[in-house]
Amino acid sequence: MSLYFCREFFRGYFMTLTPIQPAPFRPALRMACLLALFFALVFPVQASGGEGDGEKFSPGDMIMHHISDAHQIHIIGDLYIPLPVILLHDGHLDVFSSSKFWNGTNEHGELLFKPYTASSGVTYENHHEVITLAGGGHNHNEHVAHSSDSAHAAHPAPDSLANMTPGHGDVPHGEEEHASHDHPIDFSITKTVFGMLLVVCIMILLFRSIAKSYLRRKGQAPSGLQNMIEPFILFVRNDIAIPSIGERKADRYVPFLLTVFFFIWISNLLGLIPFIGGFNVTGTMSVTIVLATLVFIITTVSGNAHYWGHIVWPPGVPLPIKVILVPIEILSIFMKPAVLMIRLTANITAGHIIILAFVGLIILFGQNSAALGYGVGAGAVLFMVFMFFIELLVAFLQAYVFTLLAAIYFGDATQEHHHHEEPSHASH
Amino acid sequence: MEGLLSVSIGTVAWATISFLIVLFLLRKLAWGPIVQSLKEREEGIANAIREADRAREEMARLQAGNEELLRQAREERDVILREAKAVGEKMRTEAQQRAQNEADRMISSARQEIDNQKKAAIADLKNQVAQLSIEIAEKLVREKLSDGDRQKALNQALTGEFSKN
Repeated sequence: MSLYFCREFFRGYFMTLTPIQPAPFRPALRMACLLALFFALVFPVQASGGEGDGEKFSPGDMIMHHISDAHQIHIIGDLYIPLPVILLHDGHLDVFSSSKFWNGTNEHGELLFKPYTASSGVTYENHHEVITLAGGGHNHNEHVAHSSDSAHAAHPAPDSLANMTPGHGDVPHGEEEHASHDHPIDFSITKTVFGMLLVVCIMILLFRSIAKSYLRRKGQAPSGLQNMIEPFILFVRNDIAIPSIGERKADRYVPFLLTVFFFIWISNLLGLIPFIGGFNVTGTMSVTIVLATLVFIITTVSGNAHYWGHIVWPPGVPLPIKVILVPIEILSIFMKPAVLMIRLTANITAGHIIILAFVGLIILFGQNSAALGYGVGAGAVLFMVFMFFIELLVAFLQAYVFTLLAAIYFGDATQEHHHHEEPSHASH
Repeated sequence: MEGLLSVSIGTVAWATISFLIVLFLLRKLAWGPIVQSLKEREEGIANAIREADRAREEMARLQAGNEELLRQAREERDVILREAKAVGEKMRTEAQQRAQNEADRMISSARQEIDNQKKAAIADLKNQVAQLSIEIAEKLVREKLSDGDRQKALNQALTGEFSKN
């Protein structure tokens, strides 16, 4: 009963959003988010403010470091676990450990990188976790001493990059990527990919074992792990899939919905475990875009005549309105999955940012005075505990919302006509 | 923030591959059997409930039947009792009637007998009186022949005897 109420509430809540906005956070969340955004935006500027004070702790950098993808897993301090780097460049494949780029750590435990010449003879460098061909215009302070001259000669830098002044280290990467076609394609098992594979393994082992206990205890009451997971399986099937899609057609979509639900949920929970590198799987656009694209493909493929009819030629609407409505409807086909993607990424990333912002707060105050650090720390820890509970809820909620909205889209696409049938019924 | 919103082809490829693998593997290995057994169990439970309902209905029906039977039996008993009572009553009245009739008959026959006896007695008496009268007349006639006085006395004695009778 209460789940039903919860679903109706959240459906109403999320359905009222215009498609372009991500889900608005609760007031407390929004406040914390603004705070985090403040840290993220202000402190890097201060840190790179040009006073030569590069040693000062920057919460913004710390946060970005934790929530961004990386080619190694940072456990704690200067302890890093290397991950395989897989690069495709000019038709040859290079596979090596990301530790080949490592060049010790600085006093904050941050990794320093050096270029590495792979077996194919190409020299790569890890430039802020974007792997580029060495010898480009990325003359960063920590890299410049190790730049390999031979690589430089082998792969001359593109002109656009050569024009940049060496002092301008923080050029937007996007521009570089568009300007240079010399980037290798990076198929590395990055932190996010590793986390994803971990989730995939957990899911296969978990659900295979549960499926076995279903087969072993046929027709009996569930027990153990099976008993723990079964309510969620039933929840997805009976409270998400069947009400949204309808009893008859739901079975076709239940495997996808269950997989998406548990994939998102387990990924979200994995991201909350400290000291395993701070996986941010579902907060990575590259992952959520895949989920959203699958939702888009399934919706489009299973769309029936009724669904397309409503989009292309909405019935019972005057012609001038149709002119406005049809482009909006067509846009909404793409917007609906895009919103799913943005909502999930933004919510999960925001959660990580908030918790990390409080960690940053403690360190920042602690740097000025130990007493202040402890004082702020006491308050910040309380708030972090609170945030962790919120995040546990959000981890479930976002999995639920994504699954529910996907189910509703599938339901819309496969819906049979109801009320528009009446005139034709009368004529028969 | 740009690092967050950028999409890396490699990660997208890995995400697609791993998600599709997990989707197909789980669909084959897990969701199929799980959903199937859930469905079977739900059907089993629904069947059990339906069966219990049916059993309860059957029971109610049986009970109603039993009550009906009992009611019928009771009615029948009442009818039989009533009939028996009526028959008994009838028999009793008949017997009474018969006894009455018998008694009446006996009384009337006794009365007739008495009448007859009385008539016979009267007739007999009449005969005796006639006889006596003849005997008196005879004695009178004989006395008359001998003495007038005595005749008178005898006459008186005889009339007294008659009046006594």
